[in-house]
Amino acid sequence: MKLTFRIPGPLLSFTGGRHVVEAEAAATEAAVFTVEAALDQLWRLYPGLRDRVLTEQGQVRPHVNVFVGADSIRDTGGLSTPVGDHAEIAIIPAVSGGR
Amino acid sequence: MVDVRHVSPKGGDALLMVGTMKGAFLFRSDASRRTWQRGGPYFPGNAVYALAYDGRAGRRRLWAAPENFHFGVVMRSSDDFGKTWSDGETANVRFPEDTGASLKRVWQIAPARAEEPDVLYAGVEPAALFESRDGGKKWSLVRGLWDHPHRPQWQPGGGGMCLHTVLLDPTRRERMHVAVSTAGVYRTDDGGRSWRTAHKGVRAQFLPNKYPEFGQCVHKIARHPSRPDRIYLQNHWGLYRTDDAGDSWTDVANGVPSDFGFGMAVHPHDPDTAYIVPLESDEFRCTPEGRLRVYRTRDAGKSWQPMTRGLPQKDALETVLRDALATDGFEKAGVYFGTRSGKLFASRDGGTSWTRLADGLPPIVCVKTAAVSKARGKAK
Repeated sequence: MKLTFRIPGPLLSFTGGRHVVEAEAAATEAAVFTVEAALDQLWRLYPGLRDRVLTEQGQVRPHVNVFVGADSIRDTGGLSTPVGDHAEIAIIPAVSGGR
Repeated sequence: MVDVRHVSPKGGDALLMVGTMKGAFLFRSDASRRTWQRGGPYFPGNAVYALAYDGRAGRRRLWAAPENFHFGVVMRSSDDFGKTWSDGETANVRFPEDTGASLKRVWQIAPARAEEPDVLYAGVEPAALFESRDGGKKWSLVRGLWDHPHRPQWQPGGGGMCLHTVLLDPTRRERMHVAVSTAGVYRTDDGGRSWRTAHKGVRAQFLPNKYPEFGQCVHKIARHPSRPDRIYLQNHWGLYRTDDAGDSWTDVANGVPSDFGFGMAVHPHDPDTAYIVPLESDEFRCTPEGRLRVYRTRDAGKSWQPMTRGLPQKDALETVLRDALATDGFEKAGVYFGTRSGKLFASRDGGTSWTRLADGLPPIVCVKTAAVSKARGKAK
């Protein structure tokens, strides 16, 4: 299964400057391949990203959005959202903030 | 791209660490504290509510807790005054899984006593105390406080549910006070295993029961190093002093324009001298009458006098937050504060006269001081 991740500018220091990360995930026995499993592939390549995107309790940080294609996973089942072959997953800081 | 400047402090220099909503700054001077060089911004765009200097065991180490609005907080350290910082990859202050809590902010970093040079404490939001026993590499939750039966009933104040102040008793190693908004002052006498309230007599103006068991909104506590049972307290309405380590408190709001405020600091050598910056009210958190005045007591709170020389006395609607007022340890005491409008003021005569060190910084949330250690050993 081929996956493409899009990394936002503030996190490029954790990916050696790569905006786009390609990963290949082996087929699993699980019936559905999820965003959580896909992100595990990303953490394996760039471990420093994990604590920036997820809290220590494994939840996506409140002001970070994760999209599969054009859909935010907040609307599609969170980290349990199914992911298909050739999925494009984007990590995007929310527009909230601006202090 | 932000142009980051650096300073190169030497042994015996004065160092000011200034945390803002959008980065941290360093100011250095020689011991005369007449002229200052500025370094920073460090962590531009990140809020830095907690800064500390660890000069124990031959170190010259800065600690900072930069907080990215989107991507969280990591404790970072620097052994070269901010030129390089430790790895920011791994979240080193983490709530254990069984708590269900996630770190929101580090409010305070407190290196422990000189005789325990690898121990540090961190006060965080949601309100909890963390401890490191290896110089800051690993941090663990102080369970004695987290498991306190009051803790689930603590309520957040306007600044959040924060443990914002950690005071270590310099003479009794097992004793420590922490202040939590909104919960009050808690004290341990057994190194953190058990805690009890230490705010009897502190009024909760905003509750039906004015003297509850807990729920006081303590904005800041400040302990005098040479008389550790004496602590001053700035409450959400109310100024207090204890001379028995928090067993009882006396109202010392005598001659102040308002007893509402945030910051509080003690003179480094005189336990009768303390400093505050009163604000008009909780509705209007600005300096009364548009005058920026530091109030100083020299008689342990029996009276307070306004210090105005060098401070704007017209149209100065300023706010000084809870960690943005500090003293240094030099023989002739320095006093410093920063405002939400990004102004930084300094006094090198114990608060009598003031100079503006900076203007136009982002909103200042903490000001910390240090005398740079002279000898540099092998840091670990």
